[in-house]
Order: sequence, then C-alpha cells, then structure tokens
Amino acid sequence: MPDLGKYTDTVLGAYAVALILIAVLTVQSLLKAAKVKRTLSQTEKRRQKNGKQRG
Amino acid sequence: MSLWEYANPRRFMRLTDVVLPWSAAGAALLMAVGLIWGFFFTPDEVQQGSTVKIIFIHVPAAMLAINAWFMMLVTSLVWLVRRHHVSALAAKAAAPVGVTMTLIALFTGAIWGEPMWGTYWAWDPRLTSFMILFVFYLGYIALWAAIEDADTAADLTSILCIVGSVFAFLSRYAVMFWNQGLHQGESLSLDKKQHVADVFSTPLYVSIAGFILFFIALVLLRTRTEIRARRISALIARERQEAA
Repeated sequence: MPDLGKYTDTVLGAYAVALILIAVLTVQSLLKAAKVKRTLSQTEKRRQKNGKQRG
Repeated sequence: MSLWEYANPRRFMRLTDVVLPWSAAGAALLMAVGLIWGFFFTPDEVQQGSTVKIIFIHVPAAMLAINAWFMMLVTSLVWLVRRHHVSALAAKAAAPVGVTMTLIALFTGAIWGEPMWGTYWAWDPRLTSFMILFVFYLGYIALWAAIEDADTAADLTSILCIVGSVFAFLSRYAVMFWNQGLHQGESLSLDKKQHVADVFSTPLYVSIAGFILFFIALVLLRTRTEIRARRISALIARERQEAA
C-alpha cells in the first residue's frame, strides 16, 4: 500500500466508488445475460415440443 | 463483406461469440495493469500530492461517458436511416454503461475537487454540461423502459440521443470554449505544457485502453442480451397468435 499522506481517504474513496460501480454494472450485465439466455432456451424448447405435438 | 451484414442478428451473434471473450480478457488485463501501475507505482505530483492517482479512473471514465453517447448517436442515426434493429439495440445496450461511466466521472471528480478546488461541486462549464449529460442518460434509459412498442421506443430515443449530443459535445469541448471555470484543460494533449508528465501518461494510456475494451465487451454482451430478449418477445407473440 503506497503512502497517500493526508489524501488517503480521498484517493481510496475515489477508487472504492469507481470499482464498486464497475463491479455492480458487470455483475448486473452478466446476471441479466444468463437469465435471458436461459429463458430463450426454455421458450425455444417449449415451441419445439408444442410443434411436435401438433405435427 | 460489408459492415451492414453484421446488422443481421445471427451474423452479429456469430461474430461476437469470438470477439466478446477476447475483449473481456483484454479489458480485465489492461484495466488491472493500468490501475495497479497508476495506484501503486506512480509518484505523488508536486501540486496535487497523491490525489493525482485519481486520474487513472477519472479520465478514462469521463472519456467513455462522452464517447459512449457519440457511439449511441451513430447507432441511433443508423437506426433512423437504415432501420437496422441491431444498431438500435446496441444504442440501448450502451446507455447503462455510459451512465455508469458518467456517474464515476462525476463522483471521482467531486472527491478530487474538494482538496484541489476547496469544493466538491461548482457550476463550471464542463461540470455542468457533464451533469446535464448524466440527466440525458437517465432520460434515455427511462424512455426505453416507458414505451412498450420497441420500434417506437427506438425512434424516440434516437431523437433524444441527437438532442443530447449537444451536451456530450459541450462536455468534451467546454474547457476550450470557456476559459472561466475550475476544471483544467485536457490532460492528454499534444501541447507539451498542458500534457501530463510521462510518468503518469503511460499508465493512463493503459488504463484508457482497458476502459475502452471494457466498454466494448459490456456493450457486446448487453446487445446480445437485447437481441435474445427481442427473440423471446417474438416467439411469445407467435405462440399467442397460434393459440388464438
């Protein structure tokens, strides 16, 4: 850890805010991507199944 | 092969299957190197002391905040002129990334401003135009969420994006138009007097490259999600039609 002197709180605060926001955005994007991918897969399977039943 | 062929969702998904992992890995590597280098291995600056280390997050975030809006402007214009759905969805996907970058730039700028200027906030031309850009981002996201018909939402958000570009442009060039205000000129400039010292600029370039790749990776990921969500809506609509 570098010696940040009297600005320790300022510098660490800036990095903490930025890294937390980046982490939240990344995790939210990944979770949403996984959820939508799963839902699409389920919807396509359901349609295939329904199509076969009709056929 | 023409660029327009990637407006085809299937082609876009195939291309991004390859590009996305590389851009994500590059982003993680360059951001880690740039930020660790900047935080741990750069000296204090004579006037700013250790607060100069904030530059490695503040400048890349501010650059992306503005350029994300310009990317949205280009894709919105493509939507309005050529009606390619992927381009409208790419603009929609970029907005949350852009608003996060704007928030980071505003927060880190305020935190940095207090010890340097004696205040967290001033109605300085660049700060004010940045705040207005932030509000435009929120409005853009809210407009997409508020309109049910996707094509109408794409049309209206595209127009909002064109209007908001004035403030994105002002955020970028306000320090050149007006000499009053607290915010200094460009950190990275061809003018040697204005340009930051090499000991800071090299890790800063690495950090900027990392942030750019991070933006690309997230926009690609989110655009893929939007394309899949659009496909789900189409399939459900077809199921309802068939059931009726």
